[in-house]
Amino acid sequence: MTKSQPASAIAGFDPAALVVGDSIPDFEDKPTSRTDIVRYQGASGDMNPIHHDDGYAALGGYSSAFSVGMLQAGVLGTYLADLFGPASIMRFRTQFREQVWPGDTLTYRGTVSALADGVMELELQAVRQNGGVHIYGWATVRV
Amino acid sequence: MTSAIEIGATGEPYEYVVERGKVREFATATKARGTEYFTDSDAVAPPSFLMTAVFWSGPGSYPLKPGALVGALGLHGEQEFIFHGEPPRIGDRLTAQQKVEDSYVKQGRRGGEMLFVVVNTEFRDETGRLVAESRQTVIQTSQAAGEPS
Repeated sequence: MTKSQPASAIAGFDPAALVVGDSIPDFEDKPTSRTDIVRYQGASGDMNPIHHDDGYAALGGYSSAFSVGMLQAGVLGTYLADLFGPASIMRFRTQFREQVWPGDTLTYRGTVSALADGVMELELQAVRQNGGVHIYGWATVRV
Repeated sequence: MTSAIEIGATGEPYEYVVERGKVREFATATKARGTEYFTDSDAVAPPSFLMTAVFWSGPGSYPLKPGALVGALGLHGEQEFIFHGEPPRIGDRLTAQQKVEDSYVKQGRRGGEMLFVVVNTEFRDETGRLVAESRQTVIQTSQAAGEPS
């Protein structure tokens, strides 16, 4: 019914070796550029100008355009797919907190909160360089 | 403000096709390291790929009335994807339909009301089987929510 799971795209990572309390490898991304934001907006179809037009952002009381939460959620989700294989993802949920501004550096991390019958629960975060949490996330994956 | 939002309201169903070029573009934009998005003609799409359904929806697809939310004061609060079986693959042809699941008001920490609206999009295959859900929570604030910190 399903293809066999491809090997993890992250060298040296073995999903089957994880137990409750373990962490997945941190992913520290490059600083968020306006190009990253615009590329994601084009790819996703969310062209809200608040993410690339400083004048429009000012109408909402913001000092500049800021990143799309779904860009960082997308990087986190795609990272999970790289770790566990895209076909293994059963559920992926993100809650947005602090905003991400151009130049911010995000670190993506997660820990195993439950594991039973080949189904793993993960608690996830995307954290800004100042320690502020941008995303709280949760995922369920088949291992 | 809430009068334009009706819990249970649905938009018109629309076709949604998981296109190969869009998967490649989306994988690049979300910094994929896996190569299958670029080499496999039936690769499973990245977990948040269903966001691209917006390219297929039309004016009648959205179950909120125009003006129900104000763009510059609207925030994306939460997003959830649920896959009933494998996530969609390149080439899948699905039918999507959006529904207002919930709407409620909370007091903001710094004063002012926050209106929460939850819209779920259901994706079904040709047999009508529910294969995926994409649940979005939008928050409408009465003032700008955040400044650089």
